[in-house]
Amino acid sequence: MITLTVNGKRAQVDVDPATPLLWVLRETLQLTGTKYGCGMALCGACTVHLDGEAVRSCVTPVSRAVGRKITTIEGLSPDLSHPLQRAWIEVDVPQCGYCQSGQIMAAAVLLRENPNPTDEDINVGMAGNICRCGTYPRIRRAIHRAATLAAEGKSR
Amino acid sequence: MNRNRILEQTPHTPADHLVSRRQFLKTGAAASGSLVIALHFSTMAPSDALRAATTEFAPNAFVRVGADGAVTVIIGKSEMGQGVYTSLPMILAEELDADWTRVRCEFAPVDPAYNHTVFGIQMTGGSTSTWSSYEQFRKAGAVARALLVQAAAHTWGVAAAECRAESSLVIHDASGRRLSYGELAAKAATENPPAQVQLKDPKDFKIIGKSLHRLDTPAKTNGSATFSIDINRPGMLVAVVARPPVFGGKAKSFDASAAKAVPGVKDVIEIPRGVAVVADGYVAARRGRDALKISWDDGPMAGYSTQKQRAEYSALAKTPGAVARKEGDAAGVLAAAAHKLEAEYELPYLAHSPMEPMNCVADVRADSCEVWAGTQFQTFDRMTAAQAAGLKPEQVKVHTMFLGGGFGRRAVPDCHMVLEAVQVSKAVHAPVKLIWTREDDTRGGYYRPFFYHRIAGGLDASGNISAWQHTLVGQSFMVGTPFEAVMVKNGVDGTSVEGAADIPYTIPNLHVDVHNPKLEVPTLWWRSVGHSHTAFVVESFLDEMAHAAGKDPYELRRTLLGKSPRHLRVLELAAERAGWGRPLPAGHGRGIAVHDSFESFVAHVAEVSVSPKGEVRVHRIVCAVDCGPVVNPDTVRAQLEGAAVFALSAALYGEITLEDGRVQQSNFNDYPMLRIHECPEIEVHIVPSTDKQGGIGEPGVPTVAPAVGNAIFAATGKRVRRLPIRPEDVRGA
Repeated sequence: MITLTVNGKRAQVDVDPATPLLWVLRETLQLTGTKYGCGMALCGACTVHLDGEAVRSCVTPVSRAVGRKITTIEGLSPDLSHPLQRAWIEVDVPQCGYCQSGQIMAAAVLLRENPNPTDEDINVGMAGNICRCGTYPRIRRAIHRAATLAAEGKSR
Repeated sequence: MNRNRILEQTPHTPADHLVSRRQFLKTGAAASGSLVIALHFSTMAPSDALRAATTEFAPNAFVRVGADGAVTVIIGKSEMGQGVYTSLPMILAEELDADWTRVRCEFAPVDPAYNHTVFGIQMTGGSTSTWSSYEQFRKAGAVARALLVQAAAHTWGVAAAECRAESSLVIHDASGRRLSYGELAAKAATENPPAQVQLKDPKDFKIIGKSLHRLDTPAKTNGSATFSIDINRPGMLVAVVARPPVFGGKAKSFDASAAKAVPGVKDVIEIPRGVAVVADGYVAARRGRDALKISWDDGPMAGYSTQKQRAEYSALAKTPGAVARKEGDAAGVLAAAAHKLEAEYELPYLAHSPMEPMNCVADVRADSCEVWAGTQFQTFDRMTAAQAAGLKPEQVKVHTMFLGGGFGRRAVPDCHMVLEAVQVSKAVHAPVKLIWTREDDTRGGYYRPFFYHRIAGGLDASGNISAWQHTLVGQSFMVGTPFEAVMVKNGVDGTSVEGAADIPYTIPNLHVDVHNPKLEVPTLWWRSVGHSHTAFVVESFLDEMAHAAGKDPYELRRTLLGKSPRHLRVLELAAERAGWGRPLPAGHGRGIAVHDSFESFVAHVAEVSVSPKGEVRVHRIVCAVDCGPVVNPDTVRAQLEGAAVFALSAALYGEITLEDGRVQQSNFNDYPMLRIHECPEIEVHIVPSTDKQGGIGEPGVPTVAPAVGNAIFAATGKRVRRLPIRPEDVRGA
């Protein structure tokens, strides 16, 4: 048995320690918001946080997550209140939506490290996440908007 | 051809379902404006199966109003990012006078009520959803509104004509009384439908034409939007399939003992398309597949390569093909032309690579079958599942899920995703989720066909284009499908030559012919279909002709588009917004292209620079579109933005190649996609238009690559005649 902490809750899973975290989240814990896209850390659709750092869960053995806080898209906020989620809705970023969990999770780390990113910062921080629908112009706009929303939230 | 009559047709075979789109467009006129329409209730009413499912006010198959006032719009179309989950409810809600904040959307079951009004089957494709559903959804909303108004009038004992509807309320102005749709739902369900209803004058629209927020965005920002790959069923197993490494090959024999020894592997079974490994999870299934020992018969494609294909196609292009268009005497005029230009163009196989890899969940039981799929082809899927499960179509339930990208890949005439899942579920007596790995998807075929073009143009003594001769070589993906009867005429597959045989330019002598050689590589429509290669060749070669004639490429197009005002309008708008003719930074170049596809008109201007090493940087894309009356302008903008990115991935990187019969690419490392740091500034300008409504999912793709190629020529003097753009083709000498 492996004990994990996912979105603030403890979970016991009976899996091979080498199993990629992605499939433990999706199949064992039924947290399907995190997506399989490439299996090789090339597309970013599987991005989750380990102790606040963005990782590609498709190449992260579940053993690496033991004793650390795992956050998935389902745990970002209980009610779509995270500035990124609000901005994503305001800008209507998603098209098919499949990559967006990974985009938002990557953006959350970017914004935490750099609360007021430039376009260039966004390009660098988000280059690991592919969107086949081509929502990149809106991802840029929404990250800027989220930065503003987050700043307003703090000044209140 | 009357749309309602199409709906009433009883389908016999898949081919019988289909109505030639061209035939429809010739004879069918889309009604618009304020008008009174007669209703065909036989086609509007929900079938018994649908009616039994609800106790709410459900006046037709497309809308339900609950006692709580919730308005549910049911759509037979699939949401793959293009926005139908929002735009179709907007159309209905407009005529219903619904409070938009109470409107939600639901995917329909498979039922003839949801057949495509033109194609006669339940499907999504061809950038047709909005215009082909427009009148149907307006009528459906208007009927529901009329019944709610009637219910209020009867409740109050006043004439219906004295009442009006607004934001989910019926209001009697004379007495100041009002009742909500929720309060009226039960009574409305007992009202007799009117013989005719009044549709609104578009000037009174409150919802259509507004940039309303997408209904699916919240679910797509918290992980709750459900794709078929997310489905879980009690006792469900996961399968992956080992398929032949060479198209057209098959397994001679296999040894499953090592695979079956992998912990979690439950079974290994042979299906017609390969060997399936079934396990308690994806990881075990993949490990099991890795452990399989299979001896393959490579079949007729053994040893085949892209190099060989290029040589064969190039030779074929020098011979006459099936004639797709003939005006005047192109060959004679070319031979005598003052100046003659000849070129060969080449475009590769392309994978669609939607972010959600191919997958399907099937649960086959003795007397039922349920299928969960991200699909664009529900009618065929149900027929295929029924056949494979040995059941009647009525025993099969297809659940349409959100599609994690489509681009044509999920509209497959052979329904292989569903077929494989049903076959495996039936064999193992359990619900099965069958997943294609990313590598399976990249190597699995159903590509945009490899196309080779040979083109020649002639200029007369005054520099005018006097002749145009164009030969195309590429596989047909219509031959051998239910679509062949309507899409292939006189040996010409319309999807091969669209955009080449019907160019909008006035050229007196014109000849277009096509070869459709057969090959085992499965090919398919890929966002914008034939236009994805024809527009590149036509618009690049026209640029070549302009430079040969010493004319500005924009001005030459204007001259030749005299008979095509909609092309002209988007061309001029894109040029104006891009600052055509204005100075650019040193080393930058601008290129322009214009094209019509799927009844919409699009022009692009690209601004690029090329590094000494031949790296192309696209700085800015300006797009102008005329798609007729717009339902949701922000969705149009989103589709054009996305289409530009999709097209740039193909122009700069996209290429599936064969060596020793095998696909050489596998995943995003060797089949790359444009990433955010490569994404240019993209501007979209919509032409206000009351012309015929067109599509929006695909028309933004075709003109991007030629605009970029033409810009590269402007910047470097290097002409791009093959895609993807290779550094060696564009760097300085």
